[in-house]
Amino acid sequence: MGLGNDLLGAKTDAGLGRSRSIWDVLHLDPILLFLLVTLVGGGLFVLYSGADRNIDVVKAQGIRLAVAFGVMLVFAQLDPAVFRRWSPWLYALGLAGLVAVLLVGVGAKGAQRWLAIPGLPRFQPSELMKLVVPMMAAWYLSRYFLPPTLGRVMVGLFIVLLPMFLIVQQPDLGTSLLVGAAGIFVVFFAGMSWKLIAAFFGAVSVSAPLMWFFVMREYQKQRVLTLLDPQSDPLGAGWNIIQSKTAIGSGGMDGKGWLQGTQSHLEFLPESHTDFIVAVLAEEFGFVGMMLLMAVYFLIILRCLYIAVSAQDSYARLLAGALTMTFFIYIFVNVGMVSGLLPVVGVPLPLISYGGTSGVTLMAAFGVLMSIHTHRRMITA
Amino acid sequence: MAWGEFKDTAAERRLFQRRALVMLLFVMLLMTGLLARMYQLQVVEHDIYTTLSDKNRVQVQSVPPPRGLVYDRNGELLAENRPVFSLTIVPERAAPIDETLARLGGIIEIADEDLERFRKRLNEPRRPFQEIPLFYDLGEADIATMAVHRHEFPGVEVTAELVRYYPHSDLTAHALGFVGRINREELNRIDPVNYAGTNYIGKSGIERFYEEVLHGRVGYQHVETNARGRILRVLERENPVPGADLELHLDLRLQRKAHELLEGRRGAIVAIEPATGGILALASVPGFDTNKFVTGISVADYRALSESIDKPLFNRALRGQYPPGSTIKPMMAVAALDSGVTTRDRKIWDPGYYQLREGGRRYRDWKRSGHGWVDLKDSVAQSCDVYFYDVAVEMGVDTMHKYLSAFGFGEDATLDVSGALSGLLPSDDWKRAMRDERWYPGDSVNMGIGQGFFLATPLQLATATALVANRGEWVEPRLLKDIRGERSADEFLPEETHNPLVLKDPENWEYVVDTMEEVMHGAKGTARRTGRGANYRMAGKTGTAQVFSLGQDEEYDAEEVRERLRDHALFVGFAPADDPKIAVAIIVENGGGGSSVAAPVARGLFDAWLEEFPAAEASQMLGQVSRNGSAH
Repeated sequence: MGLGNDLLGAKTDAGLGRSRSIWDVLHLDPILLFLLVTLVGGGLFVLYSGADRNIDVVKAQGIRLAVAFGVMLVFAQLDPAVFRRWSPWLYALGLAGLVAVLLVGVGAKGAQRWLAIPGLPRFQPSELMKLVVPMMAAWYLSRYFLPPTLGRVMVGLFIVLLPMFLIVQQPDLGTSLLVGAAGIFVVFFAGMSWKLIAAFFGAVSVSAPLMWFFVMREYQKQRVLTLLDPQSDPLGAGWNIIQSKTAIGSGGMDGKGWLQGTQSHLEFLPESHTDFIVAVLAEEFGFVGMMLLMAVYFLIILRCLYIAVSAQDSYARLLAGALTMTFFIYIFVNVGMVSGLLPVVGVPLPLISYGGTSGVTLMAAFGVLMSIHTHRRMITA
Repeated sequence: MAWGEFKDTAAERRLFQRRALVMLLFVMLLMTGLLARMYQLQVVEHDIYTTLSDKNRVQVQSVPPPRGLVYDRNGELLAENRPVFSLTIVPERAAPIDETLARLGGIIEIADEDLERFRKRLNEPRRPFQEIPLFYDLGEADIATMAVHRHEFPGVEVTAELVRYYPHSDLTAHALGFVGRINREELNRIDPVNYAGTNYIGKSGIERFYEEVLHGRVGYQHVETNARGRILRVLERENPVPGADLELHLDLRLQRKAHELLEGRRGAIVAIEPATGGILALASVPGFDTNKFVTGISVADYRALSESIDKPLFNRALRGQYPPGSTIKPMMAVAALDSGVTTRDRKIWDPGYYQLREGGRRYRDWKRSGHGWVDLKDSVAQSCDVYFYDVAVEMGVDTMHKYLSAFGFGEDATLDVSGALSGLLPSDDWKRAMRDERWYPGDSVNMGIGQGFFLATPLQLATATALVANRGEWVEPRLLKDIRGERSADEFLPEETHNPLVLKDPENWEYVVDTMEEVMHGAKGTARRTGRGANYRMAGKTGTAQVFSLGQDEEYDAEEVRERLRDHALFVGFAPADDPKIAVAIIVENGGGGSSVAAPVARGLFDAWLEEFPAAEASQMLGQVSRNGSAH
């Protein structure tokens, strides 16, 4: 194991004979937990500024995050074997949910994303799929020897593409992208051959024009066009990008200081406490703040990859690796979109943007990772 | 294994490790990419975005100066500024405008007329981000409604602006003029910087003439605004210089009196203080409500005013050009005496008509039977036409033109009365140029009694009368008495250009004034009934001007036609005769005889100015003294 073992893995190599620490009892990884708490704590400060000093927003987010940490704690207690057993059933349930959303879902702004079942809180089946799709793909591929055969890769991709297709229909490009990424990373980690990967990218580049003409909705096309030339519609769709770039750029090296960002506090920056919150951070804390944020994210990813690598069976490895990369995709898509590198898709900055559902899903994923990391000795025992 | 296939666990672990390494490199690469992007935006292009950010938040706004107030000579407010709440839209922020208008229409009632006017303004050239008013004078209920809904309407604001208000609008319409919205033509004329926050400009009268003084100097403020244009704080401010307040010679009491005296008639009154040239009253009846014009008059209201046969919008005092008739005789008397064509003692026989030569056309006297033997004084007092036919022909057009010019006829002799017309003082040259005909002696005959081509405005008649009252000393008529503050009125009044009219024998002034006193107080004076019972001596001259024709296409019923074909009644005069305090010119359109209709109006003005007002002031002062006394 060449991968950062000495750097991050020293403490977790506790043998059976040692007395179990509090972390073992709680099934938590202290390093990951510390990084997450650091991220979330800093995020609340930025949120206070991004929400224009509205303490109620911060309180609401704090409650949500507490719930999300609770969910993580619960997931961490479950044995990875349980996740594996449940995978196909959860997948079937998720697909049924997605179909139900298309038939009887509720929503706003021309999109149907929610399922309102009487007696239960409203929820988004697509959000659930961010966890379930990699679980299902990992369940399917880890049943056989790895690397998988071509046919199994195709089945794996089908497992991923089916829910993706259903989510695009809602339409929700951002979530479908994240769900797809989570699943495809499973296939990649499983050892899909490089030739196939090359072919896959070839197919994507061929199908992109076809997507443009046959699949993408008008508003999605508009986002792409706006990305290419924000000035073409400076008061309409280009407004967000122009204002967020202005916010980031005017932050400079050191930033304008906490609560001093004019772009966000004077309401030029739209969605300043949700999807565009990283622009607030960049404006107020500058390039230094951005480097710190990226460092924390990188350390989380590094720790998670370590957890994946040190997992003891293929299912756990594939799942942990895919969930880690999904987390990264969140970061990359969000920061890329806010800084004008990618089209505007509704992807929040993980664990910092205001909003409940994605935070809970993300923390559930970290719960799964902690479960994988803290249950491995029992499995081998 | 339970999966039924051979699994090489160690190989799978190694495979995963390789893949994880690839992914780690992938993550590092993309994160470096993101940071590089941030570096580009935050460090390399920092200056560009700082400028953009500042431009976003800081706006320079103009602060319009409050317009100067206008007072009459007694400090009575004639023109003030009143806060008016209007609903304005910044089209750049309220797009799409049609949808905004439709939604607005759903919560408050907007008249079609307002919408139409708004759309018209929308298409006119204007400054970017300038708000366009949709709706003036919002009621309290509408203001409250808009306060509740304002977040739904970006770019729509309830703004309070100071709008001109004329508290005595009907009385002062023609004397003050009014302000209105800046139009396309004015937009090209004004200084765009100084008028950056101003929506109104003087359209006529004093408001127009003293526009520069009344307007003041624009101020500025740098304000921090949010994305919706709402001002959050003022960073820096340079206060505007308010427009100067004007005090006019006008006396609102006399102005009101003039309107009362002409109540129910059409006509004009101009009263001048001879010593200063100050215009005490300038009335054109009927007047109109100028306040309607300030924020934009409705089409129906405008039509009612412009199509009224009484022509309330027509400023008769400045722009009504009438044949002066017999009111010109005192000035003709001055001309005849000074040019030597007659003397004080010369008498002529008036048989009731005048002939240029034996057997020629008979020019009739108004008195068919003739006045018999009359000298100049009799001729003025009784308004004998034949005497003036005679001296007019003797003088000829050139001499008459010379003297009448010296009285201010044929020109706008005023200093600051905007829009005053020049009338028409005919001359030989004029007739050749305009009519392609030489000047006939018969033209002189007509001119001698103020008929024929000769036209004068009531203001010109008052000016000439004041010159007589001043015994030839010129004081140009003016409205502005004082500018409040440090600057003096002289700074803004144009130069006085007229030389005094010096007669070869200055005693002739007193003689002509005597003839005018005869009109009022003499046994045969045409206005002796008016002069009866006065505590002071007045000088005057009655006049009657024929109404020649009506427009072919004007349709009046028979009664109306008869009324509107009646002669105009005129009067000029001043009082007291030996120490003139007020000189007036009066015209009552279709009033009939000058002596019976116009002269009593003058008496009313003289009494008011010389007796009623001073008495009222005295009693008021007494009242104050006694109040002060009782306090002790």
